[in-house]
Amino acid sequence: MKSLLKHRLAWPVIALAALLLLNQVFRPDFLSLRMQDGHLYGSLIDIMRNGAPTILIALGMTLVIATRGIDLSVGAVVAIAGAASCAYIAASPEPGSPVTAATAVLIAVIAGLALGIWNGFLVSTIGVQPIIATLVLMTAGRGIAQLITGGQIISVSNDPYKSIGAGYLLTLPISILITAAVFILAAVLTRRTALGTLIEAVGINPVASRLAGLRSRNIIWIVYVFSAVCAAIAGLMISSNVTAADANNAGLYIEMDAILAVVIGGTSLAGGRYTLVGTVVGAFIIQTLTTTVYTLGIPPEVTLVFKALVVITVCLLQAPKARNLLSSLKAAPKPAAKEKVAI
Amino acid sequence: MVPVVEMTDIAIGFPGVKALDGVNFRLFPGEVHALMGENGAGKSTLIKALTGVYSIDSGTVTVLGEHKQFSTPAASQAAGISTVYQEVNLCPNLTVEENVLLGREPRRRGSIDWKGVRSRTREVLAELHLDQVDPGSLLSSHSIAVQQLIAIARSVEINAKVLILDEPTSSLDADEVNQLFRVIRDLRDRGVAILFVSHFLEQVYDISDRMTVLRNGKLVGEYMTRDLSRMGLISKMIGREMEALAELDQAPARTRARTDSGVTPFLETRGLGRKGSVSHVDLSVYPGEVVGLAGLLGAGRTEIARLIFGADKADEGSMAIKGASQRIRSPRTAIDLRIGFCSEDRKEEGLIGDLSVRDNLVLAMQASKGWARRIPRRVQDELVAEYIQALDVRPANPDALIRNLSGGNQQKVLLARWLVTHPELLILDEPTRGIDIGAKTQIQKLVSQLAADGMSILFISSELEEVLRVSDRIAVIKDRAMVADINNDDVSVEDVMTVIAGGAQ
Amino acid sequence: MSPLTTLTPLTVKKPSPARNRLRGGARYAPTLATVGLFIAMFAVGSGMYPSFLSGQVFLNLFIDNTFLIVLAVGMTFVILTGGIDLSVGAVVALSMMVSATLLQQGWNAGAIIVLVLLIGGGLGLLMGLIIQYFDIQPFIVTLAGMFLARGLCYVISLDSIPVTEGFFTGMAQAQIPLPGDLFVSPGVLLALGIVAIAFFVLHHTRFGRTVYAIGGNEHSAMLMGLPVKSTKILVYALSGLCSAVAGILFSFYSLSGYSLAAQGMELDAIAAVVIGGTLLTGGTGYVLGSVVGVLVLGIVQTFIAYDGTLSSWWTKIVIGGLLLVFILLQRLFARKTR
Repeated sequence: MKSLLKHRLAWPVIALAALLLLNQVFRPDFLSLRMQDGHLYGSLIDIMRNGAPTILIALGMTLVIATRGIDLSVGAVVAIAGAASCAYIAASPEPGSPVTAATAVLIAVIAGLALGIWNGFLVSTIGVQPIIATLVLMTAGRGIAQLITGGQIISVSNDPYKSIGAGYLLTLPISILITAAVFILAAVLTRRTALGTLIEAVGINPVASRLAGLRSRNIIWIVYVFSAVCAAIAGLMISSNVTAADANNAGLYIEMDAILAVVIGGTSLAGGRYTLVGTVVGAFIIQTLTTTVYTLGIPPEVTLVFKALVVITVCLLQAPKARNLLSSLKAAPKPAAKEKVAI
Repeated sequence: MVPVVEMTDIAIGFPGVKALDGVNFRLFPGEVHALMGENGAGKSTLIKALTGVYSIDSGTVTVLGEHKQFSTPAASQAAGISTVYQEVNLCPNLTVEENVLLGREPRRRGSIDWKGVRSRTREVLAELHLDQVDPGSLLSSHSIAVQQLIAIARSVEINAKVLILDEPTSSLDADEVNQLFRVIRDLRDRGVAILFVSHFLEQVYDISDRMTVLRNGKLVGEYMTRDLSRMGLISKMIGREMEALAELDQAPARTRARTDSGVTPFLETRGLGRKGSVSHVDLSVYPGEVVGLAGLLGAGRTEIARLIFGADKADEGSMAIKGASQRIRSPRTAIDLRIGFCSEDRKEEGLIGDLSVRDNLVLAMQASKGWARRIPRRVQDELVAEYIQALDVRPANPDALIRNLSGGNQQKVLLARWLVTHPELLILDEPTRGIDIGAKTQIQKLVSQLAADGMSILFISSELEEVLRVSDRIAVIKDRAMVADINNDDVSVEDVMTVIAGGAQ
Repeated sequence: MSPLTTLTPLTVKKPSPARNRLRGGARYAPTLATVGLFIAMFAVGSGMYPSFLSGQVFLNLFIDNTFLIVLAVGMTFVILTGGIDLSVGAVVALSMMVSATLLQQGWNAGAIIVLVLLIGGGLGLLMGLIIQYFDIQPFIVTLAGMFLARGLCYVISLDSIPVTEGFFTGMAQAQIPLPGDLFVSPGVLLALGIVAIAFFVLHHTRFGRTVYAIGGNEHSAMLMGLPVKSTKILVYALSGLCSAVAGILFSFYSLSGYSLAAQGMELDAIAAVVIGGTLLTGGTGYVLGSVVGVLVLGIVQTFIAYDGTLSSWWTKIVIGGLLLVFILLQRLFARKTR
């Protein structure tokens, strides 16, 4: 039991379970699922579906944070991707055809790719601090999205496109399936190749990694591209769910939710070891928190206050650990390190 | 005469380490007092205790006979103790005058009196014969040497009774050192007590009146500089405890010289150097040869290793690998040329602490292959198992986090990290420091074995006996330059120490 | 270091006057570039639209951006220490909500203003304490502060609350005449007064110089015996206070409280500070530069309004582009001085 509690995922999972139980107490049908017209329904499904874009973005954010970085531009990328795909569909001669939908998806992903390359370029090649580098796109991105939509909310009616966010396949919402697929892809990409280990190595000890011959530039580039592509897919989901592109409000504050999910899931903002599963759990906690607020009859407006308190609590819990680590670093090798400089 | 500072029976401990233990230290007005000792001897800790950066566990500090407890740098400064660090702890973004007076600017009705600041700065600079320095210029527009003098000006401004100079000369050239020494003597003659820390033996003999020697956090003694020979000083600094180790393990001394004509050295450097670091390194290492770098800690041994490995970029001289001229710009390039480097700073520059033994062991190999081509798990397991067994790593658990291993076992994993890449030159910087004797002898034997198999090894250690025991040839480093290259036949510790102590080259 | 080697040992070479002037000039270079940019934009605007070249157009830049000027002042302090404050936009909104709600309930305007200042300053102080004592990155703490303030807005009300109270409407309509048929609002005077105070504090008090020293090298500042901890905490309190003042100014300007107001305003404030020449790594920059930064943002908007064919989103794109250019310039600058 004790060793189980020590597992890094223990506390996030316990928190999630507690939240779910709390809901179950107040709404006895909360955990139940039912089948209707071949579709699964239920609060759990809702949580997963509503949380899908956050999960996607948080997955990308996890890898970025693992390299000691941060990506503030994901919200803007969401807006741009949604805007680009909807604008394409609206302008195409056959706005309802599956080919148009597929092209729109491709456009959005390519946009994400390009924006990720841009962020990665600023961080890894120019050497701008991540928070500042991604701030540029965070600022300009919504403007670019509005430029694409012409400042209007572009509504589209394309059934294949709509199904990305609102459709069902094999009884499950497609958005959940897409998210699951990206999660598996990320897991495979990082764990079946050496990428995951090298990301962690760069995040844990960049100096030692360099001396071991690691080229961190490419690795850093990859994580920013991945993050932006995840954001682009999330942008597709969000716009498809409402069958419209809203350059102003699509993905607003989603970077905050994503960072929050990563931190709650147990990945340290200081970089290094990361856990994709933890991030998914973290995103579920956030989404369930929102639902809980409704269930308990608390005005939904309070959710943000809740989130603020959760961030601070989680950070404070992580902080003493960081401080202990710091003081143990200070203790032994610090004098030696100092003298090494002095040689 | 009453000492201006007297520290009695000082002890400072950090988790797992006793940094200072029962150290006494006195500093008199009007003297230049050198604090001597190798890295890790406790010099920095002692200085930090005196300047209020660290708090002391036990012992007393008196300043002019008054008991003091410094909990912050500000408190120490208020008592008249001022410090100038090697890295010049001033603010480069501010002007000279601000740096001299920061936090003590003359004020008029709450507003800083900038005219007063200007005139006060001019006065102080004039006292140090720095009239040409424009008080309004940015600190960063001046050379390190001038910045250091400005830091001293700051101390003069507060009428510091004690001036601590921590490695002030390490990035200065000879003329700049003279300029600094002139200022130091000037202040000394005015009654300021100066605590001088330097790795440069000749400078210490040039400037100091008295010295205190520390070793392993303990006091060795206090001496008048003129009474202590260079040989005497060196033996007091490095101590004699390694004799015990020498008796423990009587490995046959390796005296095979491999510098036969006709063989191309694996590595050959000519006049290799880097500004502000080391210079004039003419080193050659032949295949199957162990070359030891001997010299006091801080003499520049690590710097040479870093230049060869491309961790720092050389800006003078040339380097050839197997006879072909090469520019090594990054560790990556060096590794591609089959060079490996085990840093002396295991924790900061070697270990990826939160990763497993397995991940750490295959890291360099994986980095060479790139992220996409992951070394198959089966191959990893075989390699890891092989090296865990060969090097006797304990616990023999590839999934243990490396930060949980003991120092000796961590070191073995780092060695294995390079061995799996089959380097032709392996640079080992202090591979046996801070590890137990069992692991130490294992590593020494491994070095001999690797050389016998044809690998070139550059071996750096602060234990001269260890260097002598494993090396075929010894390059002696002193005051940041290579001063001798001797074949290791019947060379004794005393011989090497004589070379190190022997005046200027 | 090289110039010294050629000289006799006993003299210290002073940097050649030309080099020194260059270095000294380099200190102001980013800010001067911004001033130049502003003048150029004004000139281009005047060339294209005859009515652009008027004193009132220039003054309107101030009138329409009083709140942003005050926000940029607070942000300048924070960024000079090497920190960042993402909460300012939300604190502006919170200040507006609190004033609008309490005004509706018939509170005295003066009491409300005092309360709002206390809330803003207190929130900033709290964030500063957490940043300093728990050693958490400023960006995450102020992010939480942003959530908290924005959440409190929602808790107060989701609807827009109009302000009809006499003092506030009076301030909104008041015009202070200037010679030449020009006028400014009282808010402008308040904002400029705050800028003047900030300038004085930054350049003529020990606190201000400590702010610069921390940004230059925090460790050195500590070793020099400067009050690093309290200064760092106070800087966030100041930023919170400025946000509260900006919130009141924005209430004067918009005569309402709305929980979604001032969204993304933290980005505008950061952009203004950076475009005004302050290094995001801290230690270099001027509060007057930040004011010019705000004016540049303002003129971009004015330009787009005058043009008529350009849409409002170009503002964001241009700001992003300017931000990029200045960040790259900073990067180049940092490499050169190293």
